[in-house]
Amino acid sequence: MIITVASGKGGTGKTTVAVSLALSLADRCLFLVDCDVEEPNAALFLKPVFEQREEVGILIPEVDFSKCTYCGRCAEVCQYHAIAVVAQKVLIFPELCHGCGSCTLNCPEGAIHEVLNVTGVIEMGHAGPIAFGQGVMNVGQAMAVPIIRQLKKKAIPPDTSQQVVILDASPGTSCPVVESMRGADFVLLVTEPTPFGLHDLRLAVEVARDELGLPVGVVINRDGVGDRGVEEYCTAEDIPILMHIPLDRRIAEAYSEGVPLVEALPEYRARIRELYQRIEREGTR
Amino acid sequence: MKQLVILSGKGGTGKTTVAAALAHLASQEIPIILADADVDAANLELVLSPTKLEEYDFIGGQVAIIDPEKCIACGICAEVCRFNAPHPLPSAPPFPSPTGKGRGGMGGEGEVYTIDPIACEGCASCFYQCPEEAIRMEEQLAGRWFRSDTRFGPLFHAHLFAAQENSGKLVTLVKQQARLLALDAGAELLIVDGPPGIGCPVISASAGADLALLVTEPTVSGVHDLERVLATTDHFGVPALVCINKYDVNPIRAREIAAFCADRGIEVVGQIPFDTVVTEAMVQGLPVTDFSDGAVSRELRQVWARVRGRLNQ
Repeated sequence: MIITVASGKGGTGKTTVAVSLALSLADRCLFLVDCDVEEPNAALFLKPVFEQREEVGILIPEVDFSKCTYCGRCAEVCQYHAIAVVAQKVLIFPELCHGCGSCTLNCPEGAIHEVLNVTGVIEMGHAGPIAFGQGVMNVGQAMAVPIIRQLKKKAIPPDTSQQVVILDASPGTSCPVVESMRGADFVLLVTEPTPFGLHDLRLAVEVARDELGLPVGVVINRDGVGDRGVEEYCTAEDIPILMHIPLDRRIAEAYSEGVPLVEALPEYRARIRELYQRIEREGTR
Repeated sequence: MKQLVILSGKGGTGKTTVAAALAHLASQEIPIILADADVDAANLELVLSPTKLEEYDFIGGQVAIIDPEKCIACGICAEVCRFNAPHPLPSAPPFPSPTGKGRGGMGGEGEVYTIDPIACEGCASCFYQCPEEAIRMEEQLAGRWFRSDTRFGPLFHAHLFAAQENSGKLVTLVKQQARLLALDAGAELLIVDGPPGIGCPVISASAGADLALLVTEPTVSGVHDLERVLATTDHFGVPALVCINKYDVNPIRAREIAAFCADRGIEVVGQIPFDTVVTEAMVQGLPVTDFSDGAVSRELRQVWARVRGRLNQ
C-alpha cells in the first residue's frame, strides 16, 4: 500500500506523521520516501545510513554543429522557449527545458542528441529496518517534479501489495504535490484546526480526492487551538478524521531536536498503529 | 519603490503571519502594495479581509487532446511521451471480457488513446509525431488572479486551480501587476508573501526583490531549510534578514541560528515568542499586531523598524 502524507499548508506535521508511521510499522516491509525535494527533512529524524547516491536531472538537447543547418525547427517545436536559433547560433536554456525530447525527434538532420543536466541527487539507504529514499534538488534549480518522478521510480518497489510505502510530500498543492500523490492508494492529509489549515486542506482535498480520485483521510495536529472549522468541513464532506494530535509543548520540543514523536512519547506508538489500521480500512472501502 | 519578499524554505514557520503584521505596521507609515506569491495556498487574504475589485483568468500551459475519431491507436504518442500521459482506452462500448473482470476487449479494433491531462506537460511532442494529425493542443484555464483593496493597501493575489502547473508563471504575473500599480500609484514598498520551498515559485517570488526576510523556527528542520533558502537568495543575489519565530520552543537552537547568522553577517531582526494569540488573531481574520499588543506584537514592531531601516540604507 502506498500512502502519501500531504497537507496543503506547510508546517502542519507531515514529516512528524510520516516518520512516526514508518517507525511504528517497522515490523512490516516498509519504505519511506521523502518527496519534498526542495526541503527534505525526514532524514533529520530517521538518520538513515545512505548506501547509494545518484545524480539526476533532465535530458537537455546538445547540438552537433557539423550536422545543424540552423533551420530553426527545434525552436519552433519547443513549447518552453528552451532552445532558440539566432543566425548561425543555437542557444539552449537548460533551466527552461522540460526534457520532453521533442526537439530531438523533430530535427530533420538528426543533429540533436540529449545529455543529462544534473538538477539534484537521489539518495537511498536504510534506517534500521526501514528502506529510505530522498531526493535533494540543487539550490537555484526550479523544477522539482523530474526529481520526484525519478525518485519514485527508484525507491518504490514494483509490487506494493504486501508492503507499506510512505511518501512524505512537500507543502502546497501544485505540481510537486500532484506528482507525490499520483499512484498512491491513500492520501493522508495532516492539518491544523486554524483558518489557514482549513483553507489549504480544502485545496489539498480538491487535488487528491476530486482530481486524482484517491481516498483521503485527515489527521488534525495541534488540536486544542484555533476553531472548529476543520471538523465541520470534514463532517460536511464526509472525510474521515483518523487521528487527533493535541497541541503539546513536549511534541514541539522533541520535533525541534529532531526526535521522532514515537520515540519522545512512546505512548503514541499504539495510536499511530491504530491510525494505520484506519488508513487500511478507509483505503479499501 | 522597494520590494521585500518574505520566505522561509520550510512551510508553516509564520511567513503569512509576519507578512500581515508588516502590512499593518508599514501601512501606518508609508503607502504600500501587497502581493501574495503563494498561489497554491494563498492565505494572506484570510487575515487582510480584502474586497475584490477585479478578477482575471490565468491561462497556464496547454494540454494535448486526442480526437477519438481520428486516432488509429498506433501508440506513437505513448512512445514519444516522456511524462506517461497517453493511455489506451477502449472505445465505447468495450467488449466484455470472458472472465467478467477487467476492462476486456483491449488490444482489438476500436481501441483509442487518451491523454491524462494531469500528467501532460504540454510539450506537444505527441502533437508533432502523431501520423494521423489526431492531436490538438488546447490552452488551459489554470487559475484566477485578483486585484483587491485592503485596509492596508491594494492586494494582488491569485488562486491556481487544483493540480495545475505553472505556479511560477502565475507568481510572476501577480507580482508584475503589483509592481505596475506600485510604480503608478507611487507606493514606497511592495511586500511579497512568498511560498515555501526553494523551487520555481520561490525563484519567481524573489526576482527583483531588494530584500528577503527569512522567517525560520528553532528546529532541526527550520535550520536545515533556512540554510537552503539562504543559499537560494544568495544564488540570486538578494540580500537577506532573518526572523526567528517561536524562538522559545527551543532557545538553545534559537541561539545557534543567531550564531550561524552572525557568522554569515546576516542580521537577525527579531525573535518572536510562541503564543496562541497568533492563532486567535488568525481566527478573527486580523494581523496579530492589529489584534493584540502583547509580546508577539512588540517584537514584530521591532522587526518592522529594522526592516525599514535596512530598506532605507
